[in-house]
Amino acid sequence: MAGSKEIRTQVASIKGTQKITKAMEMVAASKMRKAQERMLATRPYAEKIQNVVEHLSQAHPEYHHPYLQMREPKRVGLIIISTDRGLCGGLNINLFKSAITSMKEWDAAGLEIDLTLIGTKSGAFFKRLGGNIVATATHLGDTPSIVELIGTVKVMLDAYEAGTIDRLYLAHNEFENTMTQNPLLKQLIPVAAEPDEQLKDHWDYIYEPDSRPVMDALMIRYIESLVYQGVVENVACEQAARMVAMKSATENADDLIDELQLIYNKARQAAITQEISEIVSGAAAV
Amino acid sequence: MAMTLHVDIVSAEAEIFSGTATMVFAPAEMGEVGIAPRHAPLVTRLKPGEVRVQTQEGDEMSFFVSGGMLEVQPHVITVLADTAIRADDLDEAQAMEAKERAEKMLSDKSAELDYAKAQAELAQSIAQLAAIKKLRAKS
Repeated sequence: MAGSKEIRTQVASIKGTQKITKAMEMVAASKMRKAQERMLATRPYAEKIQNVVEHLSQAHPEYHHPYLQMREPKRVGLIIISTDRGLCGGLNINLFKSAITSMKEWDAAGLEIDLTLIGTKSGAFFKRLGGNIVATATHLGDTPSIVELIGTVKVMLDAYEAGTIDRLYLAHNEFENTMTQNPLLKQLIPVAAEPDEQLKDHWDYIYEPDSRPVMDALMIRYIESLVYQGVVENVACEQAARMVAMKSATENADDLIDELQLIYNKARQAAITQEISEIVSGAAAV
Repeated sequence: MAMTLHVDIVSAEAEIFSGTATMVFAPAEMGEVGIAPRHAPLVTRLKPGEVRVQTQEGDEMSFFVSGGMLEVQPHVITVLADTAIRADDLDEAQAMEAKERAEKMLSDKSAELDYAKAQAELAQSIAQLAAIKKLRAKS
């Protein structure tokens, strides 16, 4: 019975792998649920702060914040949010591809690019690719906290205020549902506030102590909350993508086992047939 | 009926409180403020301290905030609470750290990055082997 032992060990090893992928699938499924809840929990803050910022961009305080001003771009900043771990299908690669497409466009337009990378995967990728990386944040885990992002975001905000960069973009995955996650690129600065018709003849706020520090503090928090939301959403995407990837890996292992089982049975049958024919021909010779 | 206002206390990581109140006290930067319904629109920064909410039933609830922003409209109050302790020099230190991490990552050939590189090279060689195998099978 040539090869049957090898086939048996191969089946056993695939079964072992299958157990792991199955376990990872279930872990990812439960983590995804939690990540989705966390994603929803960040919504109220984001909506509220967005409302305030929109009101402020309509109001006319004596101080016009730089984040609301359009500048002719010479250099752009891009924050890319990736996962820390692999085994999540094409999630990171799809995001990097879409980011590279935009980067090529900027490059063609003669713009230079500064990168800020969140997550180890983007670090490894863009280091290989070569790019001007100015800041990174890694190992945020499944429950990222905003504290870990403040510094990373500040590097980009400082660069904007110093005039080093004139635009700031954020690239992350958007969680549509369990099966679909889309790479998304959005502009953070200048803040694109849509003019609201209702607010045309609109009151201005009382600023305490003054419009300037209030606006500064608010704008920084606004950008941070957008980045934080991106990070939280990316975690949900990561878990969903991993769940789907592991599910298909488990199914593939099933197919492989079936196939190998068939080959094994055939080999076994062939060996038995051969043995019988040997015995029969041996008996006939006697 | 007593006049009320709607209060939302939210932090970047979670919603903390949402409900109606008759009066809200908050630790604004220029001193504690008490906001009653129909207050003029106001935006201010908050110091670390206690936000107290008086409900219609006369109860008082208090929430600790480590700073943040307060937005007041005649019938809506929004407290955007910080989850982190903020200070300019603290933020600066964290920004420096983020920059250092980037520099370290670029200069450092640590195990993690080498692993990623090795993985990429392995994938390449596997693809090459598969192509060679196919060619051999054809000839």
